[in-house]
Amino acid sequence: MRRCVQSLLAVLRRYAAGRLRVDATLGWLLIAIAFSAVAPSWAAAPAAEQRAQPLHDPELERRALALGHRLRCVVCQNQSIAESNAELAHDLMNQVRAMLQAGKSEQEIVDFLVARYGEFVLFEPPFDARTLLLWVGPFALAALGLFGLWSGLRRRQQQSGVGATLDEAAKAQADALLAGDSPSKTETRVAKESS
Amino acid sequence: MLAEWGQVLLALAIAVAALQAFFGLAGAQRGRVAWMVTARRAALAQGAVLATAFAVLIALFLRSDFSVALVAQNSSTLTPWFYQVTAAWGNHEGSMLMWAVALAGWSAAVAWRSQALTEAMRARVVGVLGLVSFGFLLFLTLTSNPFSRLVPAPEQGRDLNPLLQDPGMIIHPPLLYMGYVGTAVTFAFAIAALLSGRMDAAWSRWARPWALTAWLFLTLGIMVGSWWAYYELGWGGWWFWDPVENASFIPWLVMTAFIHSIIVTEKRGAFRAWTVLLAIAAFSLSLLGTFLVRSGVITSVHAFASDPSRGLFILGLLAVTVGVSLALFAWRAPMLAGGGAFGWFSREATLLVNNVLMSAAALAVLLGTVYPLLMDALGLGKLSVGEPYFVAVFVPLMTPAVFFMAISPFLRWKQDDWRRLSKRLVLDFVVTASAALALLAAADHVTLRAWLGLWLTLWVTWGSARLLWERLQNRAEGQSISERLSRIPGSWWGMWLAHLGVGVFIMGATLLGAFEARLDVKMAPGQVAELAGYRFHFQGVEEKTGPNYTAMRGTIVVTTADGNPVAVLHPEKRNYHFSAMPMTEAAIDTTWRRDIYVSLGDPVNESEWVVMLFYKPMVLFLWLGPLLMAVGGAVAALDRRYRRQRAHLAVPAGAVGVRV
Amino acid sequence: MRWKYVVPLVVFLGLVVLFAVGFRLNPREIPSPLIGKTAPHFTLPRFAEPAVTVTPAAWAGKPYLLNVWATWCVSCRQEHPMLMRLKQEGVRIIGFNYKEIRGDAGLDARKLSPEAEAQLAWQRIGAWLKTGGDPYADLVVDLTGRAAIDYGVYGTPETFFIDAKGVIRYKHIGPITPEVWQDQLRAKWLALQEGS
Repeated sequence: MRRCVQSLLAVLRRYAAGRLRVDATLGWLLIAIAFSAVAPSWAAAPAAEQRAQPLHDPELERRALALGHRLRCVVCQNQSIAESNAELAHDLMNQVRAMLQAGKSEQEIVDFLVARYGEFVLFEPPFDARTLLLWVGPFALAALGLFGLWSGLRRRQQQSGVGATLDEAAKAQADALLAGDSPSKTETRVAKESS
Repeated sequence: MLAEWGQVLLALAIAVAALQAFFGLAGAQRGRVAWMVTARRAALAQGAVLATAFAVLIALFLRSDFSVALVAQNSSTLTPWFYQVTAAWGNHEGSMLMWAVALAGWSAAVAWRSQALTEAMRARVVGVLGLVSFGFLLFLTLTSNPFSRLVPAPEQGRDLNPLLQDPGMIIHPPLLYMGYVGTAVTFAFAIAALLSGRMDAAWSRWARPWALTAWLFLTLGIMVGSWWAYYELGWGGWWFWDPVENASFIPWLVMTAFIHSIIVTEKRGAFRAWTVLLAIAAFSLSLLGTFLVRSGVITSVHAFASDPSRGLFILGLLAVTVGVSLALFAWRAPMLAGGGAFGWFSREATLLVNNVLMSAAALAVLLGTVYPLLMDALGLGKLSVGEPYFVAVFVPLMTPAVFFMAISPFLRWKQDDWRRLSKRLVLDFVVTASAALALLAAADHVTLRAWLGLWLTLWVTWGSARLLWERLQNRAEGQSISERLSRIPGSWWGMWLAHLGVGVFIMGATLLGAFEARLDVKMAPGQVAELAGYRFHFQGVEEKTGPNYTAMRGTIVVTTADGNPVAVLHPEKRNYHFSAMPMTEAAIDTTWRRDIYVSLGDPVNESEWVVMLFYKPMVLFLWLGPLLMAVGGAVAALDRRYRRQRAHLAVPAGAVGVRV
Repeated sequence: MRWKYVVPLVVFLGLVVLFAVGFRLNPREIPSPLIGKTAPHFTLPRFAEPAVTVTPAAWAGKPYLLNVWATWCVSCRQEHPMLMRLKQEGVRIIGFNYKEIRGDAGLDARKLSPEAEAQLAWQRIGAWLKTGGDPYADLVVDLTGRAAIDYGVYGTPETFFIDAKGVIRYKHIGPITPEVWQDQLRAKWLALQEGS
């Protein structure tokens, strides 16, 4: 599993900056794995007890991981909760698993977490008035660039006559010249250049 | 004492850089050859001084001199010697020194190697590099001195961050920094062009090999970084669109645009202002990357210690360097307008369309990276921009670019007739598109994304094969194939290899994304798990001791479904003495077709462990692609045509008072 | 047409301004979406009487600070004296102990039964309150951290400013230092009181 790099670097950063920040970044993976309903002490624990690890149902587990990959770890911040080793990431992954097992849909789980932690937990930014620039910007820029290229090129072509097609007379003249006749007094531009 | 010598050398380097800058720029301005020669010599001297300073730093690490703060914070007596060396650049101050050394190295190279340049051009380039050096060295000595002492000196150092104790750390930063800093050379060329007001085909020919070399280092640096993340972080991911990764990718995209735009400038003298802007942008963005990592303004896995005073200094440096350059651009670029025209369907046109698309892609990645900051600054909330955004924007922009990349070499310069190629292109498209569809259908995985990637791969590969074929067909009467091959210039081979590399990379990325598989499973010794047609026999975990860590070492025997042995893998979970966090070392079995990737999760109880099994097809092509690109860059940079100019254009050194 | 050459410079300067502003921001801080919403419901054991469970309704009617903390949290240790001072000034602080055992990197909670875990937690909290004093008008214990998720807790210490109607008005992330109290938080506390 990927280490919680952010935790480690947060420690370093704190040390270097001489300031102490939020401590939970030092959280470890401590969640025990209850895999046997036989153990009475575990069974006494409440249902929301965060001690379960991968779900038994492979399809549910696959969905849990897929969803976990879409949610940002608020502590590590550059990993998903599926990848992160922060304490909170494990708690939230188990929350996701518990909710899937209870029959909730992916959207309900996402809404649940967004209601508590804000939009920051989503890797995919929403599409609203604020993010219009974000989503549309690159394509608008590309379109703008292509337009600029087109207009600049057109201007250039008009100035120099490149791209003009030859009319019949000029073409006949060009053919004659190429066949080896002596050059006539009028200049004929030949639009051919080899690579 | 040694550390103090390091400080002295740094101070000396600042002085030399200042001289280099002054004599280079003033000398070129006034036409004083003696000054220009002095600038060149200063560049060489600076290279020597900074190389020595770096050697001093490494020596301090090797001696485990804990009276030097940097050594105490990043090394220990138990650290293996090669990681002690690596620790020299595994931190902010040391890596900044490496930056400065790389810059001095490039400056020295330009001073030494560019005999083909006019003296004035060379002096200007060296002068600009001297200015940048000066700013950087000031930053280094004032805010990030690698040689500062720690009193009292501790008995033992804190050891290098375990994540960095890895072969990847040995090569990734040096390669990447060589690339980043290499963009300074093209930047210097661009500034020199703006200052002198001259930017002819000769300029392009001179600048091109430098641009290609910087580009190839950047390509390798990013590739190694990605490879390192892949095997080191235990999850098999290879690109996370992390802000710092993006910070290296954006200059790469811009440099790629530059090396193509410069071709058009060389051929037609057209779009010179645009080429100059790209050169300035590439270096500016690489400086920006440096800023982002060290300022704390954006969170990232890669972030160094974020010290606002440092961040402010770099921002100041950035603002001055780029601001002045862009102001110079705004003032002088109108002079560079003009140049020849070309038709709609021509090689130049496709090159420039690609330029627009790649620049838009670069801006898109930049936008996504700084958008959270923008939203926060405007008080519009805390957003996060992650992979879904980047993929949604990057793929549509780059797909047409790759499409044109395969066609462009077939087009004639200046003006071509679309009818000449249309039939063949349509045929190629139909063939490759249906082949991709058929292959995916056979593998029972037909999705839009997979099809697009596979089609592009086939499009590029087929195009490359055809291109080479046509080139060979065009040989003169009686010329053998090998003769023809040897006459093809380096820059063409470079292009061919690099473009093929793109196709190879896309193939790796597409097939990996489409067909990879993963299984997390609790295993007791003797248990067997199955994934992707392989069987994994868990043999248990035992303790092991390393030089500066203890580890739990697992043994997993991998066989085929029939029981034929494939590999024995030993994933580890290490506890380094000086670190609170356990580290995962994944075990990987690599062949051409796939990686089998195993890592240990956490112990369930005394004997059972959670084991993560991955099947990753075509991973090798992810690295092979960029490697091909880099080789292509090298081949193109070494093209003899760039070096042949030497005899004709060198100004005799004895000429005095030459106005250039 | 000359003006198009100035565009890159203008865009760049905009970026510089953005980054300069960025220095005063903290990219790691996540604002709470619960501001302006009723404090989420929970049912947790009271430290003073473990057999009794408490809900936030118990504290309604007067404003309070809900302080999320744990003994393994270094910043909380530094915050503790300040909280004692605030208590003396009459600030009503409700304590919310977060994952006392499971959140501690130095402990392996898997080895403990729930009873043993609770016992150890009470022990540690008791020792803490004895040594540094008890700044809390009431104290609840969330061993699993499940209730904390409803509050959007992602680190310790965090302090919620809740008004008399039980609506969250502000969330402070990180320890309450004298400077922060003086500069920002005191005004918010007074605003809460005025509202009631």
